[in-house]
Amino acid sequence: MIVIFGVFLLTLLVITAIAIVRTDNLFVAVMLMGIASLLIAGNFFILDAADVALTEAAVGAGISTVLFLSALALTSERERSKSSRRVLSFTVVAAAALVLIYATFDKPRLGDPQAPVQTHVAPWYLENTPKYIDIPNVVTAVLGSFRGYDTLGEVFVVFTAGIGVLFLLGIGATPGALPKEQDNEGLRHYLIPRLVGRLVIPFILLFGLYVQFHGEYGPGGGFQAGAIVAAGIVLFALIEGERRALAVLPQRLLLGFMAAGPLIYGSVGIAGIMLGGNFLDYSPLSSDPVKGQHLGILLIEIGVGITVTGVLLSIFHAFAARGR
Amino acid sequence: MELLGLYHYWVFAILLMTGFYAVIAKLNLVKKLIGLSLFQAAVFLLYITMSKVDGGTAPIFSGAADAVFSNPLPQVLILTAIVVGISTTALGLGIVVRINEEYGSIEEDEIQEIDRR
Amino acid sequence: MTTLIDILSWVLLTLGGISVLIGGIGALRMPDLYTRMHAASVTDSMGATLVLVGIMLQAGWSLATIKLIAILLFLLFTSPTSSNALASAALLAGTRPLAESKQDRGGAQ
Repeated sequence: MIVIFGVFLLTLLVITAIAIVRTDNLFVAVMLMGIASLLIAGNFFILDAADVALTEAAVGAGISTVLFLSALALTSERERSKSSRRVLSFTVVAAAALVLIYATFDKPRLGDPQAPVQTHVAPWYLENTPKYIDIPNVVTAVLGSFRGYDTLGEVFVVFTAGIGVLFLLGIGATPGALPKEQDNEGLRHYLIPRLVGRLVIPFILLFGLYVQFHGEYGPGGGFQAGAIVAAGIVLFALIEGERRALAVLPQRLLLGFMAAGPLIYGSVGIAGIMLGGNFLDYSPLSSDPVKGQHLGILLIEIGVGITVTGVLLSIFHAFAARGR
Repeated sequence: MELLGLYHYWVFAILLMTGFYAVIAKLNLVKKLIGLSLFQAAVFLLYITMSKVDGGTAPIFSGAADAVFSNPLPQVLILTAIVVGISTTALGLGIVVRINEEYGSIEEDEIQEIDRR
Repeated sequence: MTTLIDILSWVLLTLGGISVLIGGIGALRMPDLYTRMHAASVTDSMGATLVLVGIMLQAGWSLATIKLIAILLFLLFTSPTSSNALASAALLAGTRPLAESKQDRGGAQ
């Protein structure tokens, strides 16, 4: 019955979405997008998707806001022109919405245990995870082992996006070319944000590590951990200035992080081949197949976390360096 | 009870079309990217709504003998999709920043005007 | 005993909900940025504290309570800081408070 609360959140979500499209101040639109992400994350949690809610909150409400704001700082903040072809677009959109609403009447009831999607492959995963992989979080087991090939593709997509942004916006000036260390970099002159930020950043990084390694026992995993650690270091860069942040994690190290993820992932796959199994088969990695699965999932989650951290931080530094 | 599920799907349809309207009717490039983000979020909502089972909990074994679990497979797909969505949004924002540097504006009609000259 | 705890957490949750409502109405009705922020901070401090303590009573002595205490500490640290940062940014951008007097205006113009 808790799904009733979902109705309230969904109504707020529709109102927020319409406000996002109608406002002409892009800053306001980005802030409202953060609120919409949080409402969607709340809804995901009500619909029993704990991992997805964590990812949406960390990535959508956290990193996405930072990226949009960095882009807005380099372009303009207000939307200048009026919309074009308004009547035609609205007609098309309304017609498509009506067709979609008509189609929803044929869908199975929400929560029906006999719906086709619940009886096809999902019971097999739920039965066989304790037998083959023996970790409590079924989503991590499916993500890491049963459907590990898809996750390999996803790591490569994240890597490609990082390379793409670096090609477009450049790696940024080398530290020697930055002007001399000034006293008013970052938010150094603002005592309270600086103090509380420095107090809170170690706990953010600790929480990111917790989420990374507890992905097998509860909601978590590499993607969420990478986003959380990246958010902590972005906070450090905002407070202490970019020079200090690049001194802590230099650009070469971030490039290494970016490449290390797919490398680790592919190596685990090839190690499976060399030890006698198939590509991305973790069972030969250890004498006991279940322990091999644990080891394999641990290694690839570490690879995923490292890549996501490196890519998100490289993208942030690329945007920040462009404005100089 | 039926109405509850239908409400979720209707919100999906409205959210989808709101994002799509921002993509086709607005002229600002960043607004189009924001609309695309909304579009993706609506699709995520559809998949996760389909995965819910009555009386189920999150698919994490916690020692209870006969617990009912919600479907884990759409959750895996959407986990991947969220991260891919943010990667493509970041790439799109990089392109918008470069367009702004080359053309001096991020409004579609002004860019087409400059191109025509 | 459990009934007492249940009634207590009902009261705390309801008071928390009322605080959030008051904060929301204040954020809509106040005339100026600074007064609106002041009203919204009621949501962060009173609302979050009352709701979290109400949930802690329901969770009893378990790991969940420790996690809730950690969340409460984190919220109590970061939400006043963000209000401070927001107010500094607004002052820097030039938004003047509605109720300022001539001697306020003298210093930083």
